[in-house]
Amino acid sequence: MDKLNLMKTANEVRKGIVTAVHSAKAGHPGGSLSAADIYTYLYFEEMNIDPADPKKADRDRFVLSKGHTAPGLYSVLAERGYFPKEDLKTLRHTGSYLQGHPDMKHIPGVDMSSGSLGQGISAAVGMALAAKLTDADYRVYTLLGDGEIQEGQVWEASMLAAHRKLDNLVVIVDNNNLQIDGPITEVNSPYPIDKKFEAFNFHVINIDGNDFDQIDAAFKEARTVKGQPTAIIAKTVKGKGVSFMENQAGWHGKAPNDEEYKIAMEDLEKVGEALCQM
Amino acid sequence: MSDVKKIATRDSYGNALAELGAEHKDLVVLDADLAAATKTGVFKKAFPERHIDCGIAECNMMGVAAGLATTGLVPFASSFAMFAAGRAFEQVRNSIGYPHLNVKIGATHAGISVGEDGASHQCNEDIALMRSIPGMVVINPSDDVEAKAAVRAAYEHDGPVYLRFGRLAVPVINDRPDYKFELGKGVVLREGKDVTIVATGLPVSECLEAAEKLAADGIDAKVINIHTIKPLDEELIIAAAKETGKVVTVEEHSVIGGLGSAVCDVLAEKAPTKVLKIGVNDTFGESGPAVELLKKYGLDTDGIYEKIRQFV
Repeated sequence: MDKLNLMKTANEVRKGIVTAVHSAKAGHPGGSLSAADIYTYLYFEEMNIDPADPKKADRDRFVLSKGHTAPGLYSVLAERGYFPKEDLKTLRHTGSYLQGHPDMKHIPGVDMSSGSLGQGISAAVGMALAAKLTDADYRVYTLLGDGEIQEGQVWEASMLAAHRKLDNLVVIVDNNNLQIDGPITEVNSPYPIDKKFEAFNFHVINIDGNDFDQIDAAFKEARTVKGQPTAIIAKTVKGKGVSFMENQAGWHGKAPNDEEYKIAMEDLEKVGEALCQM
Repeated sequence: MSDVKKIATRDSYGNALAELGAEHKDLVVLDADLAAATKTGVFKKAFPERHIDCGIAECNMMGVAAGLATTGLVPFASSFAMFAAGRAFEQVRNSIGYPHLNVKIGATHAGISVGEDGASHQCNEDIALMRSIPGMVVINPSDDVEAKAAVRAAYEHDGPVYLRFGRLAVPVINDRPDYKFELGKGVVLREGKDVTIVATGLPVSECLEAAEKLAADGIDAKVINIHTIKPLDEELIIAAAKETGKVVTVEEHSVIGGLGSAVCDVLAEKAPTKVLKIGVNDTFGESGPAVELLKKYGLDTDGIYEKIRQFV
């Protein structure tokens, strides 16, 4: 998929996020929107997957370690054809398969249940290790929040990933700089993030995580790395694409009301129209 | 019982893994820097490429095991009960239990028979924690024969299993030709009409001896070995309770949340019966040789005998 189409698709993914969270009247739009471009690139460009056969053995795996941004994952899965986009409106509703956090048992395309921070990356390490043990050549991707890396388990997992030379593992940190209680620099700064992963023997790539050229270059570079895992530190804008949500910690875990939803969708429609003129 | 063969169930765990590993290529073993103590070193020697030492990081180990299981491998994640069930509880709950992944947790050094290391390492709460997780099978074998059979049954079961093993060498009591391990099925080791002793793990052999002493006093005790605490053999326990009218539970675990609580849950609802719970009485353990501690905490033959005599 070319850059323009990726941008158009990411915009559709963003509409799905806003629609799902609005319908749920709860959820996490900020970190879903910041990572929408990464989700889109992974599912429309990078990963070897088949929506018609979500469990195929040799597929690439994705673990959403920052599980609270499930609306982003669900929206891209729906956009990719794993399930009807209409179902996004059932997010967090009683009886819906679209649980508040990823549930691998009930949602097509979800490779690992997650939501308790710091745990997804360990499962991703286990999957990458399994590929090495069984001589399989699939790759494993996991997306973490920059607040999430305050969890000690992230570093337990990182140490083992590098020790086991898991060059089939790509850890992406969505560095939108905000967590629930405020800027990560004020709560408990994890900076310098890149130096930490370097010290854990990762190959580290710093990018603008809302720029498809840089995303594309980073994932291509990761494929060339041998003998160590890759960490992509993706600088992003929390709430990206929705004017009043951008860079606002308050939109970490809050749903838009009807009026806000209307404005958000108008913002995204404008982006979509502009992309169609390109 | 000095002439009786004694083996610690943690040794049985290591030996069973090595045997199963030869039969099943999809079996992998994880440890957290305790392979010498959990006895997974036996497996490591035979299959070094399938033994993954995660270092001192039990929480990560549980997640790695979960990830391995999603691909179809069958991981046995091993550590001391304190760290497997205690430290990593939430990882076991969320990364293994919630997605119902096929991970087996091999927890050694359970209970006060850890001995000299003391209270920080004596886990008397693991059964309570693990049986509270939906879908988790909890097994606490009583000897070498049962422990090896339990490891095999755990491998064959599709879903998460918590296996509880001890550090102390215990008598082999199940070495009869017709022995058969059935997940979720209790075993009547001795018939009796006055009281039912329902025991699990290490104290089962002590209960058999206590029953003999009770017999000398004219008290006829039925002894049931419950190796699978979840799912519990409710039918057998209800029938025994109705038959003998009184029930005693014995476990090397807190009296809160373990076998005793599980038995009371069942009987309170389905066959109200007077129950005496013998176990660790809502207290931490301490340092000392295992045999001395078992005596001090009333989990040896004499301690069990005295309590039951007063109860009946």
